[in-house]
Amino acid sequence: MTAALQTSPAAYTAGDTPVLTVDNLSISVRTEQGMVPLVQNLSFTLHKGRTLAIAGESGSGKSLTSLAIMGLLPPPAVRVTGGAIHFDGQELTALSESKLKSLRGNRIAMIFQEPMTALNPVMRIGSQLIEAIRAHENVSKAEARTRALEAVRAVRLTEPERRLQQYPHELSGGMRQRVVIAMAIALRPDILIADEPTTALDVTVQREVLDLLRDLARDMNTALILITHDMGVVAEMADDVLVMQRGQMVEQAAVRKLFTNPDQPYTRQLLAAVPRMGQGHGTHPAKNVEPLVTLREARVAYDLHGGLLGRVVQRVHAVESVSFDIYQGETFALVGESGCGKSTIARALAGLVPHTGEIRFQGKPLGNDAASRKQVSRNLQMVFQDPMAALNGRMTAGDLVREPLVIHGIGTAESRREKAAELFRRVGLGEDALDRYPHEFSGGQRQRICIARALALEPRLIIADESVSALDVSVQATVLDLLAELKHEMSMSYLFISHDMAVVENVADRVAVMYLGQIVEMGTGAQVFGDPRHSYTRRLIEAVPHADPDRTLPARVLAASDPPSPVRAVGDPPKTVKLVDVGAGHLVAE
Amino acid sequence: MTAIEPATLRSAAPSVWTRLRRRKLALIGLALIVLTFFGAIFAPWLTPYEPNNQMFDGLTLQGAPMPPGAQFPLGTDLLGRDLLTRILYGARTSLIIGLVANGVALVIGTLIGITAGYFRGFVGSVLMRLTDLMMAFPALLLAICLAAIFQPSLWIVALVIATVNWVQTARVIYTETSSLSQREFIAAEKTLGAGHLRILFRHILPHLVPMIIVWGTLGISTTVLLEATLSYLGVGVQPPTPSWGNIIFENQTYFQAAPWLVFFPGLAIVILALAFNLVGDALRDVLDPTQRGQDQ
Repeated sequence: MTAALQTSPAAYTAGDTPVLTVDNLSISVRTEQGMVPLVQNLSFTLHKGRTLAIAGESGSGKSLTSLAIMGLLPPPAVRVTGGAIHFDGQELTALSESKLKSLRGNRIAMIFQEPMTALNPVMRIGSQLIEAIRAHENVSKAEARTRALEAVRAVRLTEPERRLQQYPHELSGGMRQRVVIAMAIALRPDILIADEPTTALDVTVQREVLDLLRDLARDMNTALILITHDMGVVAEMADDVLVMQRGQMVEQAAVRKLFTNPDQPYTRQLLAAVPRMGQGHGTHPAKNVEPLVTLREARVAYDLHGGLLGRVVQRVHAVESVSFDIYQGETFALVGESGCGKSTIARALAGLVPHTGEIRFQGKPLGNDAASRKQVSRNLQMVFQDPMAALNGRMTAGDLVREPLVIHGIGTAESRREKAAELFRRVGLGEDALDRYPHEFSGGQRQRICIARALALEPRLIIADESVSALDVSVQATVLDLLAELKHEMSMSYLFISHDMAVVENVADRVAVMYLGQIVEMGTGAQVFGDPRHSYTRRLIEAVPHADPDRTLPARVLAASDPPSPVRAVGDPPKTVKLVDVGAGHLVAE
Repeated sequence: MTAIEPATLRSAAPSVWTRLRRRKLALIGLALIVLTFFGAIFAPWLTPYEPNNQMFDGLTLQGAPMPPGAQFPLGTDLLGRDLLTRILYGARTSLIIGLVANGVALVIGTLIGITAGYFRGFVGSVLMRLTDLMMAFPALLLAICLAAIFQPSLWIVALVIATVNWVQTARVIYTETSSLSQREFIAAEKTLGAGHLRILFRHILPHLVPMIIVWGTLGISTTVLLEATLSYLGVGVQPPTPSWGNIIFENQTYFQAAPWLVFFPGLAIVILALAFNLVGDALRDVLDPTQRGQDQ
């Protein structure tokens, strides 16, 4: 397969020796049934200054490969059972732990997905950086501090001196990830392994971090291994791509070749499943129809108590004066980044958090009490982001789907069983699945169980709160198809909440863009995606990585500074933005 | 549908039993528990002696207790009573304390913990401050006070032990419940329109079962020993009624001269606690659906 690399147009010069060579690597886990292979016969080479993306869906073994290079496979069950990893004349799989330790962080550094867990929450950023530097290099504290400051500057954090004095929780997610990157580059490693470095980040922050990684890899001539499930990120970042599936390499090629002319059917399938941004679609509903859901100046605020007497000291304005309607049979999407209040609206609508202002469902105002919640639940159901978390693991799938019928006292035991079987058929699960437990299903199947449960009461509206975000792209596509079918068959309405602009563009009839608890732009999909007016909407759309290596990248945002916060002092509510009609019902904040 | 109905009805109950049966350790534990019950119930037929009968030939000529031998399999105590007989009769007391007192404590602790953890707010604060108060108050002092107010009898002692022993359970259950209540499947249940009782008992409680089992089995030995402490202080089961705990306490001063007097009742407590532990462990695994198919 290395032959493919050498024949690619972007091939390196002949004299350049690889910095890392992985040769026939196999990783297995010891179970009661014997050794089960997790990665089989994987080979690749990595060259200085180049970026190799290892792409694949969950369970493909891409993260295990990176852990094997770092010598961090979870002992004793998982281990390398074959092949070799050559780095700088050394065979890594045969190296002792103490030798590996001196390489780790120093010569080979790693960036993890979740920056909060990678940082020690009770240590200042500066101390952590200095400790990391002094663990590998025999330098004085003052010198290490200078180096730390340099690294923080290199990742373009504003006010670097102050950052060193801060604790991880004082920083935003994107800034934390920059600190993790600063830690990784502080020792100028030869190889930087980034395991899903932007998956936990918002799309605009992802854009910044990707730009930063690309610049750093180029400036420092570091070899970068980027592990990701996102083909958009692959297209923008990689020089070479290795596609993995179920522990085996499917295809390895230069990035342009892979995207334009993939050899393997799996690669083609993977690329086809990636949602692509278009110009949007959808129309405004007829004016004389009664809306299903009406929000008028709905607000959700949480009080933060403090001081000796527990007085309200600050208030989180999660949702601030939001108004919109959802009509029968349409998909209304709320997009925005984390903390913008989109999920809070869903929770208020489902009666999970108390609200002020007006929320009407089928013409009736929604109260904050349990009785009204139960009544509304007949016609309004919710599908959550993580199906494993949203299903009670101690109940069978059949019991879970029958649960709403039991709660509302609908039918007999017999009719409920039939209904559950019918729902399972409808969402594409076999009847034999009824007696199985949630952990025996795959992620996509679990989300189907959640959808079947939501459908049991034959609701008018389903709130899909990031319902496909945790799924692999191919699975995501099938779940979205299922939702679309249900919409046509049952004239279902959806409140579709997502941070993923491409998915929203594909499914939404009408879209509202949220920022800091308020709607800043609202219109049909065609209006918002085809003609974005608000600067924030534009930024969101531009930041989406495209699965097209030839696309020119948008201008970069250089420095990361403190993001605005919805937490405000009592008596200082945020200014409500005014939406103006810029034509044909396209509302934009002034 | 009708064809598979009996099968699905049958599948749940016996499968727990059949899977429990496959575990050797659980069976050993179960056998030991059955044996203890058997000994307690049939004590009068199993031994020729009376538990409180001070026998002349139960003591050596010097007046010392007899070591284990042919006549007295486990020896005799300081007053010439047959130890085996006393342990068999004592099992009645200790089982009541270990199961009833401990069971009641477990139920109280679970109810308080689950209520406080789920509702939090005012109700939760009041319940948990009460728990903290109970925890800070020396349990023994409280037990002595309660036992002094009521006329000491076995059931009163059981009740006293239950009132002091629920606090740890409540604390642990509270913490676990409050984290479970934040989980998404509880939010999902709420959006389905489920009421509080349904959420508490059908969705949260099953997740607490492993923890309850662990605390329940741990509680057996602590309650049996607490009963012994109480009877040592004269507020527990009144002598000469034997219980495993008070046999140990009566004789612990003579440990060096007559070690069997402490060893055998101690062994009985350890075996009972171990037996419940084995069964509890197996039950926890068997009741956990994620462990299904892993227990061949």
